[in-house]
Amino acid sequence: MLEVDNIAAGYGKLQILHDMSFHVGEGELVSVVGANGAGKTTTLRVISGLIDALSGQVRYDGEKLTGLRPHQIVRHGIVQVSEDRDLFGPMTVEENLILGAWTRSSSGAAAELERVFELFPILRERRRQAAQTMSGGQQQMLAIGRALMAKPRLLMLDEPSTGLSPKLTWDVLKAAQEIRDSGVSVLLVEQNAAQALAIADRAYVLESGTVALEGSGPELAGDERVKKAYLGL
Amino acid sequence: MTARTTSEEAVPSEGGTISRGGTSRRAALGRSPVTVTFALLIGLTVAALLRSGSTAITGQALLTGLIAGGVYSLLAMGLSLIFGVLDIVNFAHGAFLGVGLFVTYEVAHQTGLNPYIALPVAIVGLFVLGALIQLLLLNRTIGGSLERQLLITLGLSLLISNVLLLAFGGDPLSANLTSDPGVHVFGAVANLSRVIAFGAALVLAVLLYVLLERTSFGRAIRAVAASRQGAGLVGIDVRLVYVVTFGLGTACAGAAGMLIAPFTTITPTAGDQFNILAFVVVVMGGLGNVTGALVSGLIVGLVEQLGGVAIAGQSPLLGVFILFLLILLIRPQGIFGAKAP
Repeated sequence: MLEVDNIAAGYGKLQILHDMSFHVGEGELVSVVGANGAGKTTTLRVISGLIDALSGQVRYDGEKLTGLRPHQIVRHGIVQVSEDRDLFGPMTVEENLILGAWTRSSSGAAAELERVFELFPILRERRRQAAQTMSGGQQQMLAIGRALMAKPRLLMLDEPSTGLSPKLTWDVLKAAQEIRDSGVSVLLVEQNAAQALAIADRAYVLESGTVALEGSGPELAGDERVKKAYLGL
Repeated sequence: MTARTTSEEAVPSEGGTISRGGTSRRAALGRSPVTVTFALLIGLTVAALLRSGSTAITGQALLTGLIAGGVYSLLAMGLSLIFGVLDIVNFAHGAFLGVGLFVTYEVAHQTGLNPYIALPVAIVGLFVLGALIQLLLLNRTIGGSLERQLLITLGLSLLISNVLLLAFGGDPLSANLTSDPGVHVFGAVANLSRVIAFGAALVLAVLLYVLLERTSFGRAIRAVAASRQGAGLVGIDVRLVYVVTFGLGTACAGAAGMLIAPFTTITPTAGDQFNILAFVVVVMGGLGNVTGALVSGLIVGLVEQLGGVAIAGQSPLLGVFILFLLILLIRPQGIFGAKAP
């Protein structure tokens, strides 16, 4: 349903993405792994409309997304959780979540709030607490919960493991799988290649702003080149 | 979807510590500056009493100061809102107040009616003017350097004063009430127009507060202030929020201009002195802190009047600027702490 075709993009004179193409199907969990600077985050920022593509196209159900602004892309059902989470720090957990449903009717939001609280019970406990006073793991859960409030069809997670212990990372990745099982497509960008490949239906390996390898999660995890470069085996 | 018990167990103690730490720090740093400020106000009152040797004069200064402060509060809330949400240091704020003065003059003289009928005109008119400026000028500078926006607002301020000069000439104008009797409050006297300005400014200030804290659009405004990118990623049209916010801020200046028009000499540069006062109030209240601006406005009004009595024979602003310097030196984040509109 999401097709990224020959995207080139960058910041100022620095071009990061060269001829990047991949796709995400309905109900798939797709991981994108690669070294620092390979273009993982930039790819998500192009899809979200946070930066413009120099050339190429992003299409969603055949409709062109390139050129739309971030809030319009959210209305198409594509929601990104950015690496630095971009929470509304001074506001409460509940306010953050309610804002996540900005594009939806208030009646739908109430039901969605219950589902997010079921997925992350800690958020219910801390609903009155300011987002900025929570631990890194809780903030990551809040960021994902806030994104789910928009009832996305495609959820994009940018380095959800940043700043988390291996244990919490695994919890967050398991949550990504559960979200996939509930029918939402997930596009997961991770530096933590081993775990990201382990849970993925399909995966792409990025190198210097373009797709170097693609395959199923287990396939890539078993690939000699991947083992050497990213898994340290 | 199932509960994730492990993370539940691991995390609460950690989060609890952080929040406890936050609260105790707030208590240590937050309460004392407020106490110090009120101690200073009491000290100034005593100094004014000793200096003048008259409870009548001091009481009058207290009343006049509080009443003037109400308008400063409204004006500064608009400025603080613009800074908190858009990160724009708006040097045209005083000029917008000037536009409010002339709108009042024009409406009162064209219709021959009571100047207060200009209040809705000033609010709506200045909202539209501010929204257009944001839409056509400032939205184009998003992501650019802060100096650009600063220089644009400075240029706007000059442009507005000069357009007013061109349209109305340099002679002082007035929009007095036909009858402006004195109102007695605890033995002190204030003109009716000033009492109305105080009351209306506080009502509008509270309305703005309710809009920000209790409505969903207000929540979106606070979200943009907290994280522009986060707001975009939940589907908020950030540029629209910018346009509405700048409009709300300038509407505050317009309303303040209308409310002081009946007792102010109306000239094209009349707004300029309020620019400086508004900045003092905003810094004192904490940049971007709208509630802080509300309280600080009243404090600045009181310091201005009490200082005028206590240190006689100088501009009443001396006391205000001494306080301003002290705040910049000792507590640059303002009396009411962090940036949180």
